[in-house]
Amino acid sequence: MFIMNKERITLKLSGLEPLIVTPESNFVNVGERTNVTGSLRFARLIKEDKYDEALMVARNQVEGGAQILDVNMDEGMLDGKEAMVRFLNLIAAEPDIARIPIMIDSSKWEIIEAGLQCIQGKGVVNSISLKEGEEKFIEQAKKVKRYGAAVIVMAFDEEGQADSYERRIEICERSYRVLIDQVNFPKEDIIFDPNIFPVATGIEEHNNNALDFFRATRWIRENLPGAHVSGGVSNVSFSFRGNNPVREAMHSAFLYHAIKEGMDMGIVNPTMLEVYDDIPKDLLERVEDVLLNRRDDATERLLEFAETVKGEGKKQVKDDAWRKESVEKRLEHALVKGIVDYIDEDTEEARQQHERPLHVIEGPLMDGMNVVGDLFGSGKMFLPQVVKSARVMKKAVAYLLPYLEAEKAANADTSSASKILLATVKGDVHDIGKNIVGVVLACNNYDIVDMGVMVPADKILDKAIEEGVDAIGLSGLITPSLDEMVTVAKEMERRKMNIPLLIGGATTSRIHTAVKIDPVYSGSIVHVLDASKSVPVAGELINKDTYQGIFSRTKDEYAKLREDHANRKQVKNYISYQAALENKTQVNWADKEMVSPAILGNKVFNDYTLEEIREYIDWTPFFNTWMLKGKYPAIFENEVVGEEAKKLFDDAQVMLDKVIDQKLLYANGVIGLYPANAVGDDIEVYADESRSEIKKVFHFLRQQGKKGSGLPNLSLADFIAPKESGKKDYIGCFAVTAGVGIEGIIEQYEKDHDDYNSIMIKAVADRLAEAFAELMHAKIRKELWAYSKDEALDNESLIREKYQGIRPAPGYPACPDHTEKQILFDLLEVERNTGISLTESCAMYPASSVSGFYFMHPESKYFGLGKIEKDQVLDYAERKEMSVEEIEKWLAPNLSYDV
Amino acid sequence: MAIKIEEVLQNRILVLDGAMGTMIQRHSLEEEDFRGKRFKNHTHPVKGNNDLLSITRPDIIKEIHALYYAAGADIAETNTFSGTTIAQADYQLEDAVYDINYQSAKIAREVADEFTAKEPDKPRFVAGSMGPTNRTASLSPDVNDPGFRAVTFNELVIAYKQQAEALLDGGADILLVETVFDTLNAKAAIFAIEEVFEEKGKKWPVMVSGTITDASGRTLSGQTTEAFLVSLSHIPLLSIGLNCALGAEQLRPYLQTLSNKAPFNVSAHPNAGLPNEFGEYDQSPEEMAELIDGFMQDNFLNIVGGCCGTTPDHIRMIAEVAAKHQPRVIFSQSSTVSSQ
Repeated sequence: MFIMNKERITLKLSGLEPLIVTPESNFVNVGERTNVTGSLRFARLIKEDKYDEALMVARNQVEGGAQILDVNMDEGMLDGKEAMVRFLNLIAAEPDIARIPIMIDSSKWEIIEAGLQCIQGKGVVNSISLKEGEEKFIEQAKKVKRYGAAVIVMAFDEEGQADSYERRIEICERSYRVLIDQVNFPKEDIIFDPNIFPVATGIEEHNNNALDFFRATRWIRENLPGAHVSGGVSNVSFSFRGNNPVREAMHSAFLYHAIKEGMDMGIVNPTMLEVYDDIPKDLLERVEDVLLNRRDDATERLLEFAETVKGEGKKQVKDDAWRKESVEKRLEHALVKGIVDYIDEDTEEARQQHERPLHVIEGPLMDGMNVVGDLFGSGKMFLPQVVKSARVMKKAVAYLLPYLEAEKAANADTSSASKILLATVKGDVHDIGKNIVGVVLACNNYDIVDMGVMVPADKILDKAIEEGVDAIGLSGLITPSLDEMVTVAKEMERRKMNIPLLIGGATTSRIHTAVKIDPVYSGSIVHVLDASKSVPVAGELINKDTYQGIFSRTKDEYAKLREDHANRKQVKNYISYQAALENKTQVNWADKEMVSPAILGNKVFNDYTLEEIREYIDWTPFFNTWMLKGKYPAIFENEVVGEEAKKLFDDAQVMLDKVIDQKLLYANGVIGLYPANAVGDDIEVYADESRSEIKKVFHFLRQQGKKGSGLPNLSLADFIAPKESGKKDYIGCFAVTAGVGIEGIIEQYEKDHDDYNSIMIKAVADRLAEAFAELMHAKIRKELWAYSKDEALDNESLIREKYQGIRPAPGYPACPDHTEKQILFDLLEVERNTGISLTESCAMYPASSVSGFYFMHPESKYFGLGKIEKDQVLDYAERKEMSVEEIEKWLAPNLSYDV
Repeated sequence: MAIKIEEVLQNRILVLDGAMGTMIQRHSLEEEDFRGKRFKNHTHPVKGNNDLLSITRPDIIKEIHALYYAAGADIAETNTFSGTTIAQADYQLEDAVYDINYQSAKIAREVADEFTAKEPDKPRFVAGSMGPTNRTASLSPDVNDPGFRAVTFNELVIAYKQQAEALLDGGADILLVETVFDTLNAKAAIFAIEEVFEEKGKKWPVMVSGTITDASGRTLSGQTTEAFLVSLSHIPLLSIGLNCALGAEQLRPYLQTLSNKAPFNVSAHPNAGLPNEFGEYDQSPEEMAELIDGFMQDNFLNIVGGCCGTTPDHIRMIAEVAAKHQPRVIFSQSSTVSSQ
């Protein structure tokens, strides 16, 4: 072991959390994949502007155990400074990455300095050196200190890079003295990189490269108090590119020796590292002969050996061993893995071994499902797998059903599972989330009464009483569903019911539940964040022993939330609607070129070819539907969910092929292009080019939050030329669906107990509808409106919305009022043209439908309306000729005040 | 200064003053008070711009400093929390920034010197307050664009440099970078201060005080207390500490961290408890002093005072408690000790 200086100096670094490097810390691992010079993939992502995926690379490094993140943007084709700043700023917004300190890696000082200005923590500069003389070195070191960073000093001076033991120690000592004596740099913040060079190159002068590094490391640690030693390890195996077994062995053997000599930090790819003890002895011997220059023929011997280990791949074996296990184990395996192939025969075998068929369910099947539940609860299984498990369970139960019925007929005594009623409320047609909750609950031995979608309050409650359910779960995706849930709760109170009520769905929230729903019902009400939370909540609510606990706990919690909500002072600053109008987007309409569309009026596209639509699918939201977090396609490389995501994706492809081959779904759409001008925040849509007859008026809302200087208060109306400008502007509208024909398919799957495919077809139809909207938008831009005829974008760029113009949808952040959909539907005659209809809550049916507006000017962009004040609501109500109460109901989530 | 604050700190716990805003509110000032003669015709409303009162109503600010010194404060903070071009842009008063800081330091200096003359054994100090500004260098104000920044490091350096110069020209003994909710802003302040020191050829003591925003124990920009300490330890600070956002009770675990790890003096100026349902701070001087007494029993502190909602009564009780305890002993970092 090298002799440690007695003093206890620690290098302290920080991201959002501290990293304290003590003499006992052994080795600090620096993640190297976010380096354009070291990773072709990362370089490509940055060049192609795929920063989201580049962030995934960083996240994988952190998850993979990197303690410091090295970021390098030195590439001839890049604006390195801009890329560095952008990437570091994006990292700062990702707490799971920003947790660890940053190493700003560049050979250009201006990039280093730009990076230093972006990190709040104490990072590391990589690197400075005496290459350009002492004056530059001192100036840069002073700056590094003033920015509060540690520094890597390369063993490099005016003469060149140190390549021998003597040169290494000479340059390091000189650098150290300058830093300590002239800059007063903290000694513990100095890290030397004494240059790791390749060995076994065939050139004799390189034979001592590793050994010299080891010796220099020891010398630095013994003679330059406080200083640390780092290096880029993969350099050493440069001669063996393409031969990973040898490279991996070389890296770990190198590290093993370097760390012994005092190297305490390094840039290492953890996936290119063999465990030292696992290196085959014959390989290790040859590697160490080379590193330590122990034999004259060391290089030849390693090269020779390398030939024999080249290209050893891992073999794949299909594992059928589980079929030889006991029937209980086989059932468990089938449930966990979602295998239906043998379920009937295994269930039959179990039935014969058990006294009663019910015991098979309560015994081995429930045991297996408990394993699934535990794995899901601890994050080791993912939703798509659980849904497949449920399918196996349902098949097994279906097999047993005749025996159960027979037994029931013979014997009146049956203990039944707890029953939960689920429904999507009146006016809402979205049910993927609700179905997932149903599956997850059913997996946990609840009997589910699923009433489907658009269920009125009295039907829900009648059924609940009739079935004697133990709990009711309400779901909804669109804003008006929130009110409908309040209606259901009120009705339960009026009927003096006492059944626990679960609230869920994308639009619901804990605060809304607390403030609006909880006070109207004296029974238990719990907001459930997602499907996985529904199991413990339902369990506590239904169990007599725990009911009182969860009842009073949530009542108290919601009372407290209500209180906080009521006491919440005006923290946000709002400006008057008038002032917001005055602060609208500044567009120089006078100089603006208006593009009159190639066609005017409506155009119908029915039974559109699905193959073409498929090309436009954005897959990322598909994974979100299945509660798998990550972006497509990077999600496949995610260590945790990657494998499942890939399987799910493959299943989706199979489903798509089937849908297309057998023509199971139809895609219908209609678009319209009209002369239009803005009048205040209204858009007047004219019957024809004469602009004399107003055909319809769209009403938009304007942000009222106080903005920083130079930032406008946005409204979609800003993106159409105002009437007084005298410019002839236009607006586009669309409504598309890919859900025509879906009911029959779903029915078929449900008959087959196949929730997995029933959810899958809906998820796929949703994606197709979105893709159809994207496709129509491209058609609008290139052909129908033809304002960007020459556009050539791939799907990735489309998803990132790199084109000119936007397609916001009513009910979404920029224009949250769902009732505008009715005007849009009238204008496009949507129902007659496509078969899509609107419910009383303005939800579209079939659910896999999309509708919205087209704006073409380059200034137009997506934004969130945020909260608005009463003055705007009053004005809006007047413009829409609706009562203030009604407007407040539709815009409830956007009001800055309580009604 | 005849007596150096570093020396005084070795012997006793020093007391920082309490809230400025709370005291100004008592005067129920109107637009014309804020404008005074000088800004009579300013195009933009200035009511609520407390820093401006150092120019337009120096009588009130001086009286507040005097009340705090009389209550036992050793250090008064200048009325310059928002005295940067960035924060004053809200009132379109960027041009008044030098004067705001200069005058604020000058009037605090005058009051301090009066008290020191009366009680030479208890010298009074003036800390030039440098607030966080209203922009963050490491957070985006736009949730849809996480890479966006409303202010750059260089813009902050320019603004802080101007403030620091004016505070020192006006006679501040100390610079206090406070209510740090984004560490990158504070790093810019320190960068600016170092540049000022280099240009003036002289150094002044620097205090840094961060803000833990909630029970997560992190700053608004996401750092833990220890990461905050590590990120700002690159110059020899007079003290590092915490202020605002929380009351003394909630600050305890984070002060303990600083007390255990900081190689500098440790300061705290908590709020008078957490805001009540009306958004007011209503912890009594007795309650607050008792909590602070607990900190001192555990040797957490070298400097103590009050932030939002604290008054001269709070400071009086805190000063009485402080007088009963020994200051925390700073552990010495052995970084300069050689050992071959």
